[in-house]
Amino acid sequence: MTDILTYVLHYEGALNKNSLGAVSEAATRAAEIGGESHAVVVGGDDLTDELLQTLGSYGATKVFRARGPEGLAQPVIDVMAKLIEEHGHGYALFGGGLLGFEIGAGLAARRNAGVTMEVTAVRAEGDELVAERPILGDSKISVSRYRGGLGIIIGRINAFEIRSDSAHAGAAEVIDVDIEYSPWSTKATMVERGEQRGADVDIEGADVLVAGGRGLGKPEGFQLAEDLAAAFGGNSAVAATRAVVDAGWYPYAAQIGQTGKTVAPKLYLAAGISGAIQHKVGMQSSENIVAINKDANAPIFEFSDLGIVGDLNKILPKLTEAVKAKKGS
Amino acid sequence: MKICVLVKEVPDAAVEKRIDPSTGRMDRSGEKNLNPYDTHAIEAAMQLREGGAVEVDEIVAVTMGPESAARALHKAVSLGADRSLHLSDDALAGSDVAATGYALSKALESEQPDLVLLGQQSDDGECYTIGAVVADHLKMPSLTQVIKLDVEDGALRCERQAEYGYDTVSVELPAVISVGDAINEPRYPSLKAIMGAKKKPLSNLTAGDVGIDASLVGTDGSRVQCGEFKDPPAKAAGQIIEDEDTAETVEKIIAWLDERKLI
Repeated sequence: MTDILTYVLHYEGALNKNSLGAVSEAATRAAEIGGESHAVVVGGDDLTDELLQTLGSYGATKVFRARGPEGLAQPVIDVMAKLIEEHGHGYALFGGGLLGFEIGAGLAARRNAGVTMEVTAVRAEGDELVAERPILGDSKISVSRYRGGLGIIIGRINAFEIRSDSAHAGAAEVIDVDIEYSPWSTKATMVERGEQRGADVDIEGADVLVAGGRGLGKPEGFQLAEDLAAAFGGNSAVAATRAVVDAGWYPYAAQIGQTGKTVAPKLYLAAGISGAIQHKVGMQSSENIVAINKDANAPIFEFSDLGIVGDLNKILPKLTEAVKAKKGS
Repeated sequence: MKICVLVKEVPDAAVEKRIDPSTGRMDRSGEKNLNPYDTHAIEAAMQLREGGAVEVDEIVAVTMGPESAARALHKAVSLGADRSLHLSDDALAGSDVAATGYALSKALESEQPDLVLLGQQSDDGECYTIGAVVADHLKMPSLTQVIKLDVEDGALRCERQAEYGYDTVSVELPAVISVGDAINEPRYPSLKAIMGAKKKPLSNLTAGDVGIDASLVGTDGSRVQCGEFKDPPAKAAGQIIEDEDTAETVEKIIAWLDERKLI
């Protein structure tokens, strides 16, 4: 019997989609290795019985609930370490994202466990789990096995498919956990969580996205992207990479990737974006990917359908005119 | 305040990275350099020192790795660290991320820092994770991917981007903080600093010197067993256009989009 414990992140009463994917994945793999899928949440009053019981429809049989601060990793490490100590879970699973990395890595230290991050596939071999992780810019896949004890698997975002079965809804048992936090786990305190910087824009429903990165050169460079998006007209919008959002060039709501949005438009046109993994995970399901970058070695050319090596300052204005002309014809 | 900055030597970005089939480990031969993400951590330490909100007595660069890793320390010192510490031992070779974090935490214990800074990731391998491992061993609060770091009333005020927007977190010292590359623009070292780097104190430590339990490090002490690799599913290579005549390039793009009914 090898049970899997999955951390479920939540915010303002809603469970995180990547966490739901991880719970689903845990249920599938637990069945293969003869165990159960358990979930753990840490937070306040918005973690109601009703909300947590819904995890049953993703295959969780038990949900452990601890009261504690939200949005911080170390309190969750304390809770998971205690649960694993008491229940003997064989694996801990995370759906990815910032907190998943922090909790998973800290838990590995606490429990002397093996940890694999950026995992894109998990499979059962006998009664053990094996994790697959792309490395070297996704050019190779490294296969991780665990040497007994606890195995920690941190997924890449969007790696695990959400599988829900309404027939099981309400089946998860909610169990409260009493916890005394480690002294150092309470020395970080949230001052403000989830601040939205910049305008609220909607990029998730767009059919055409023109995305800009550092290669636009300066905040004003986004005008080129906006002009092109406007030329496509209709359901088009402008998106941005984390680097330019952190630099304050464009609103957070338009950010693609690891800590931003996941999109899959009909056309994704990347201008001045190198194509780091953290960006790729948020847009790789786009139907058609066009990239313009002056660096012929930019990783984005490895997963674009059409790549243009050149100066976007020359190409974008002319492309905008040509799209306008085409639309007008 | 004493700040330790964890640094790492990584293959130069221009060198093609590969797995050595004989060992199943990353082939770390070839040109090497200081992990570019670490330069942001050193710069963050320098800005705390120059900012005046706190007295920074010492900045110590710390690395674990083979003999050649001393070059990363020289670079770190040229960027502003006062001295450096090199943990090197054959017993550490092949350590996974958890074992590496444990070994580094033992080296840090010998320094008793008030603040440990590191880059958000290494250019060549593990992502985002070493800081959290080190923090748990040192029993210190920790935050990763911090893009704004200030000292206020003896505590750190940190900002970072997380799943639901920007978070502001107050962290008591001592603490372990990994910084994102948006936190600053690292300075270039002066010629004088480069020339003087090799003269700054560098201590060489073995696993035994800092009390590392040999059963918890190296290939055998690591709890993850790697070494098996496979190729990802083949993806058809995209079409590439080198822009020579922009009018012609744009024509080709329009034709491509038109063919797929995207306009």
